[in-house]
Amino acid sequence: MDTFIQQLVNGVTLGSVYAIVALGYTMVYGIIQLINFAHGDVVMIGAMVAYSVIAVLVGAHVSLPPLAIVVIATLFAIPVCMAVGYALERVAYRPLRNAPRLAPLITAIGLSIVLENIALIIWGRAPLPYPQIIETVTYRLTSHPDGATITNVQVAIIGISIVMMAGLLVLIYRTKIGVAMRATAQNAQVAGLMGIDVNRVISITFIIGSGLAAVAGVMDGSYYGVAHYQMGFILGLKAFTAAVLGGIGNLGGAMLGGLLLGVIESLGAGYVGEFTNLCHLSGWSHALALRCVSDPHLALFGSNYQDVFAFVVLILVLVFRPSGLLGERVSDRA
Amino acid sequence: MRVGHRIGLTLIAASVVAMYGCGQKEEPKKAAEAVAPAAAPAAPADEAVTVTIGSAGPLTGEIAHLGKDNDNGVRLAIDQANDKHLKIGGKLVKFTVDSQDDQADPKLGPTIAQKYCDEKAAGVVGHLNSGVTIPASAVYHQCGLPMISGSATNPKLTEQGFNDIFRVVGRDDQQGPAVAEYLKSLNVKKVAVVDDATAYGEGLANAVADTLKAQGITVDAREKTTDKATDFKAILTKIKGRAPDAVFYGGMDATGGPMLRQARELGIKAVFAFGDGACTDTMPKLGGDKNVEGMICSQAGLPVVAASKSFLDAYKAKYNVDPIIYAPFTYDAANLLIAAMVKADSTDPAKYLPDLQKISYDGATGHIEFDDKGDRKNAEITIFRMVNDKLDPIAVVKGGKSVKFADFMKLAAASAPAEAAPAAAAPAGSMKEEPKK
Repeated sequence: MDTFIQQLVNGVTLGSVYAIVALGYTMVYGIIQLINFAHGDVVMIGAMVAYSVIAVLVGAHVSLPPLAIVVIATLFAIPVCMAVGYALERVAYRPLRNAPRLAPLITAIGLSIVLENIALIIWGRAPLPYPQIIETVTYRLTSHPDGATITNVQVAIIGISIVMMAGLLVLIYRTKIGVAMRATAQNAQVAGLMGIDVNRVISITFIIGSGLAAVAGVMDGSYYGVAHYQMGFILGLKAFTAAVLGGIGNLGGAMLGGLLLGVIESLGAGYVGEFTNLCHLSGWSHALALRCVSDPHLALFGSNYQDVFAFVVLILVLVFRPSGLLGERVSDRA
Repeated sequence: MRVGHRIGLTLIAASVVAMYGCGQKEEPKKAAEAVAPAAAPAAPADEAVTVTIGSAGPLTGEIAHLGKDNDNGVRLAIDQANDKHLKIGGKLVKFTVDSQDDQADPKLGPTIAQKYCDEKAAGVVGHLNSGVTIPASAVYHQCGLPMISGSATNPKLTEQGFNDIFRVVGRDDQQGPAVAEYLKSLNVKKVAVVDDATAYGEGLANAVADTLKAQGITVDAREKTTDKATDFKAILTKIKGRAPDAVFYGGMDATGGPMLRQARELGIKAVFAFGDGACTDTMPKLGGDKNVEGMICSQAGLPVVAASKSFLDAYKAKYNVDPIIYAPFTYDAANLLIAAMVKADSTDPAKYLPDLQKISYDGATGHIEFDDKGDRKNAEITIFRMVNDKLDPIAVVKGGKSVKFADFMKLAAASAPAEAAPAAAAPAGSMKEEPKK
């Protein structure tokens, strides 16, 4: 039971990061039907910028509380990522807005490579150790002394994610710019006719998504303790998967998809071996029973199938609900 | 492509010119020295032969400092050989080093190898990385140019059946058993083994798991992650449920450090052990100072401080820095080539190769003999422990026997005066059998 609770805590933390990144994918897709594959690398830029700021502040022996240093670093990373996101849209995607679908998609992949290489030049190829300035405090979740635990960093990640997701929902459904964004998403041309500056709305969408990415980057970096110029690739891929799982273009779907993917991955890695434990079948085969004496955890699939597990769930969802869990059926999209 | 060729040709031309330049410059001096021993006043100056030894490694890029260290080792050996005014085949020999930068890039390995073949180098010391050495070795073998690596540990290198490819360091598959052996001496009962699903990590982890099982130690939880993963909490939580005494991870420091940190966050108190990929000074930063304290890791070969004092002094005197890791090995590799040439009385690779295969030599890193594959017999593996953010050598495993590092150093010091005794270390090692802690 302790193991299960611990896996759940791990999964929810991981899922919160996925969800925040997935929001960036899904917002852009919702508005211009573009899968912005460079989004994961914007996350990476956020983590790297925050890393540099923290390193400078710590190196200069500024007498600030650790939390303040991380907040300052995040406040630096957010505008940088917003600028990067805006520049990507302005320079690379806007000229291609009316080009065939494939052109901006390939451009996005190209931009991802460009961003990675810029980071490679600036920060080098070695993994950067994130300075652990916030003391990790561990809280016990159960009475068992070796039982499930949660750390202050995990609590912070989950809490900040919830606040940001709530803030985004308020922005989209309760403000003027939110109305403009929803209108543009429904029909950009008509929205333009109604006096909405479509280009501005699209730029703002990229800027908001990139701001979220910056926070996700700082969370990822300080949770795992490393930043690397290629960290955005896998994270972006997983977040994209989460967005598709929940129904791409749907904000609630991205959040749900992110959390689900995180939990599925954690439980998958933890329990795939148990589910496929061949030793439950020892009664059927004598040879198997013999092997199980020396190795009671003889499993068909091990934790190396953790990603396979996550993607099998994705495929199953897409088979039965092609537009994702919360997505609406759209005939001519994707 | 065409530009590449042209640059290549220019480089060859330049190095040939440089070679001749050196040869000519040295001749007057050599003539004078040839007279000094008073043995052969008749020997004319132009009989001094220039013999090129290749030294290949990354001289630019991320691990350029290690490449330079390797190159320094070779250059020191060559300088010392030239000071001895060796005569091979009745002629005075002047050795020169041709250093090439392979940028740690597997694609450049064969190119550089071809370069050495074309310019008729007599032997090559290199390369630094296994990934570069393996593709290059095929070219060396094709043109019959003996190559000795001082640092490539991937087993594949000497498993290709090439009789002219050697290494003076241990292999990755000797490392696994060595770590397992050491874990056993810590009296662990249950070990969890994790790898990063790369050829290196998986091979190492399998070797550890197999050795542990053969010793009767339970391997409970055999997990896999990837070399790009950042989240290890899922598999670590599973491992925590099994409560092992030790965890072995086959992978690099970039993943090993964060894994160790996450394990401590989850409250796993087991001893963590790693191979050489995570046996680096960056581990305290990547894993967190207090988390890495007490971790165990292994490196093929011996730590630099265990190299012979005469080598360490000469290196320090020449370069005014201490060697980093592999310089003692490349120094020995270059000396092996020279020793084989002297023994065969020829600098022709085809003629001295048999002597190189059968060589028995006492170098800066101890006694060296090669087995049939070209691996060093009884290569040492050193076990380190992290103490106050420093990797502290605690034991040396050689031929399946583990000796405490302090004892090993004492033995080495004791056998040093009697430098001629070829197998001094081996029987002494087997006398000290109980490194139980």
